[in-house]
Amino acid sequence: MLIIVQIVLVAAVMVVSLALMRGGSNARHLAVRRILLMIFAVVAALSVFFPEALTRVAGFLGIGRGTDLVLYGAVVSLFVFMATTYQRFRHAENALTKLSRRIAIDEAEKPGQLS
Amino acid sequence: MSRTWIVIPMYNEATVVGSVIEGLRKQFPYVVCVDDGSTDGSQEKARAAGAVVVQHPINLGQGAALQTGIEFALQDPELECIVTFDADGQHRVDDAKAMVERVKSGEAEIILGSRFLDDRTKLSPAKRLVLKTAAIQSRLATGMNLTDAHNGLRAFNPRVASNIHLTQNRMAHASELVNQLARLKPKYAEHPVEIIYTDYSKSKGQSLLNSVNIVAELFFK
Repeated sequence: MLIIVQIVLVAAVMVVSLALMRGGSNARHLAVRRILLMIFAVVAALSVFFPEALTRVAGFLGIGRGTDLVLYGAVVSLFVFMATTYQRFRHAENALTKLSRRIAIDEAEKPGQLS
Repeated sequence: MSRTWIVIPMYNEATVVGSVIEGLRKQFPYVVCVDDGSTDGSQEKARAAGAVVVQHPINLGQGAALQTGIEFALQDPELECIVTFDADGQHRVDDAKAMVERVKSGEAEIILGSRFLDDRTKLSPAKRLVLKTAAIQSRLATGMNLTDAHNGLRAFNPRVASNIHLTQNRMAHASELVNQLARLKPKYAEHPVEIIYTDYSKSKGQSLLNSVNIVAELFFK
């Protein structure tokens, strides 16, 4: 059971990362990220009041303790966060490159006007 | 009159870039130096040597500088050929001249320099292995039979130039260029060139560890 959960988690990381990386930063992806964040926050809050519930879910998944489940979830979130942040960074870098290039070429003399 | 533009990406090369440009301008009057945010006065040296300097406001990387130089040259309506050339003096002007002749003759749309077509270039075994591996990888990925995928000396015509859009700002631009050529399918050929490894170019050039960066940048684009 544990190995299945692990495979599912790893697959989830890759699928979600790829999906969020491909689409870039449009409104739908932003919405998906916010929904995921909301779910995570609600689960985290509930786990404070009902720690046994979390452990029961974990036991059902074959992970053992509830804290382990939270840890796995945190690792997945971290990777998704890294992937999306990297993607946003790349977009920002591309924009910055184009802007710098425009400035550089506009400031230089035009090649056709040289003697 | 037709023009050949030499594009030189430059970042903190004040000690050598002047003599490199002077050597070039005996054969090629049109040299554009893309300064990638140098802080050592390279710009003045390049201007004094007679190059047009296009200045990035911030440091972006060699790939970004090459693309800027290409776009600058493409503004010239009389453009006939673009040559990319390194600022550290490791390329020979004679090689560039022969490559331009081959492009102008219509033999190919792009001529790529290769240090492995003759035995002029002396390489350490480790560097040779890394470059050969890169060439094999590039051939498997693109189907283009190039012996030296990471050579900075290239000559190409405006049609090829206008279809090159480098987005890899830092080190992976050479591989990206080959990938784009594979899609564009121009008439291409390789030309034997000598890479002159001086102490200076060795200290400035890509270390072998940099191949790790190239692979990482290609993988996470």
